[in-house]
Amino acid sequence: METVLALLTGFMVAGSVYMMLSKCLVRFIFGLVLASNAVNLLIFAAGRPDTAHPPLIPGGLSQPATVMANSLPQALILTAIVIGFAILVFVFILFFRAYETLGTINTEFMNAAEDLSAEPSPQNEGQQ
Amino acid sequence: MNGWLAAPIILPFSSAAISLLGRRHPLFQSGLAIATAFLHLGLGVWLLYRTHMTGITVLHLGSWQAPYGIALAADHLCALMILITGVVYSAVVVYSRADIRKEILERGYYPLLHILVGGISGAFLTSDLFNLYVWFEVMLMASFALLVMGRTRSQLDGGVKYVAINLLSTLLFLTGLGLIYALSGTLNMAHLHAKLQASSDPGLVAVVSMLFFTAFGIKAGLFPLFFWLPASYHTPPVAVSAIFSGLLTKVGVYAMIRAFTLIFPFVDNGIRELILACAVLTMVIGVVGAASHNEVRRILSFHIISQVGYMVLGLGLFTPLALAGTVFYLLHHIVVKSNLFLISGLIRQWGGSFDLAKAGGLYRFRGIVALLFFIPAFSLAGFPPLSGFWAKLILIKASVDAGYIGLAIAAAVVGLLTLYSMTKIWNEAFWKPAPQTGVNEAAKQMHFSPWMIAPVAAMAALTVFIGICPEPVYQLARAAADELLDPGAYVYTVVGHFP
Repeated sequence: METVLALLTGFMVAGSVYMMLSKCLVRFIFGLVLASNAVNLLIFAAGRPDTAHPPLIPGGLSQPATVMANSLPQALILTAIVIGFAILVFVFILFFRAYETLGTINTEFMNAAEDLSAEPSPQNEGQQ
Repeated sequence: MNGWLAAPIILPFSSAAISLLGRRHPLFQSGLAIATAFLHLGLGVWLLYRTHMTGITVLHLGSWQAPYGIALAADHLCALMILITGVVYSAVVVYSRADIRKEILERGYYPLLHILVGGISGAFLTSDLFNLYVWFEVMLMASFALLVMGRTRSQLDGGVKYVAINLLSTLLFLTGLGLIYALSGTLNMAHLHAKLQASSDPGLVAVVSMLFFTAFGIKAGLFPLFFWLPASYHTPPVAVSAIFSGLLTKVGVYAMIRAFTLIFPFVDNGIRELILACAVLTMVIGVVGAASHNEVRRILSFHIISQVGYMVLGLGLFTPLALAGTVFYLLHHIVVKSNLFLISGLIRQWGGSFDLAKAGGLYRFRGIVALLFFIPAFSLAGFPPLSGFWAKLILIKASVDAGYIGLAIAAAVVGLLTLYSMTKIWNEAFWKPAPQTGVNEAAKQMHFSPWMIAPVAAMAALTVFIGICPEPVYQLARAAADELLDPGAYVYTVVGHFP
């Protein structure tokens, strides 16, 4: 089980790095999604998944009778997924705004912030 | 019960919520923000006083005992960082009153600023790794939004780069966190200290520590991971730049200090040497980058990088004096750097541009601003008797004591090169006569808003104060360093038994 998860995580990370190195911002987002899922899978594997014993304590006992699956990694993953969703929505909107404003999703041509000759436009700053 | 320990986190978040109710009332929002920030500053003072008098305090949230629940813990380093956050927070909200334009206010500037500070305070206070990840995300979300609020071309472009690399860094951090959980079965930093020392596989621990080093190195702006910083920090409004420059990279440095003192104390495996090498290269490359620029905020952005090198240098030396130097440097740097960014706003208001070629004449027409720039700028370069001199002196002495003469020389030379950049700004913006075309006559009649001058003056006064009586600050920094080098007390307070 762990070997399969490890291999799968490895493939996902490899794919995500390939996508993120692309000059296209849309591919970057897909790479990011893939990478965050790969990390979630890694945390899942870190909890030593075990199919046989659900983490339930039988009635009348105060502690588990047998070795059981660890439920904490799932709580961690759930948190990471929720945060990941929020971030992803923000990134999608930000990249879309960047596309509308800069007119490109090719990172090669995105240099508005680094253009030394360009002045920050007056509306950039609050002035009163 | 130590419930008050959560106050520096709860306070900004409640203000953010209340502030959202009054989005259309700038004066209400600004008043609330100023009240909140000063209250936060007061909490910081109290926290430091309590910590200094009674030692490390811990709060087990939900009364779940330490390795099982999330704990907040305040030691000297944490209390000092909360205090200095309060200083920058207060200065920035006062400055914002005159600096931030109405549309940006209506888009929710103040709530986001509160959330940012809440996230930063959380990151300083927590002693749980996963919780630290959550605070990082809270902080990042607020900073993403603050960065692109003006929706200009350069902000969106800088924003894309900032967001992309920071998300990657967070993923690396999360990966390290997952692996460390697999290795030790705990995420509490104090508990990890005990568990990892007993780990049977030091090689794996070293690999995971490098993941953390890379993740925090990106956030701190360490060589060779800093390229996002000068690409984005000069784009948002000045008040936002100031709080970013003062606090965000320093959260990365703080996390790195915690990681390499508490979780992975240095052993003989070359990681310490790697950190030292990164620190020196960061110092040198940052200052050279600054020398090549001619726009105030770009110069200052590169100086952030250079200064982060000094702090990490102290961590890499890992002696009590060096760590005290790092803490001293952090405190000095946060005040001085935020202040310089705030002053860049004054230069811009005067000359209409951040470009030094278009500025000039400030010394002649606005001597007080020249004086206010002079103090933090020369403190940054390490002139006696300003705060930067003591910070650099401690680190250089620590390098010499540890037998790294080369590092001491590098630190001194970087100080000189910093002086070069600062004199460049001084000559161009202050001493040079105003260019005929740039500054019109109307500008010469204008007055700087007292809302902008007051925080700049207060922080300059603080710089002079630290410079003239460094002893109390050094004592506090030294106390923090002693706690960092011997985390026994921290571990005992948090998990209830000695490592």
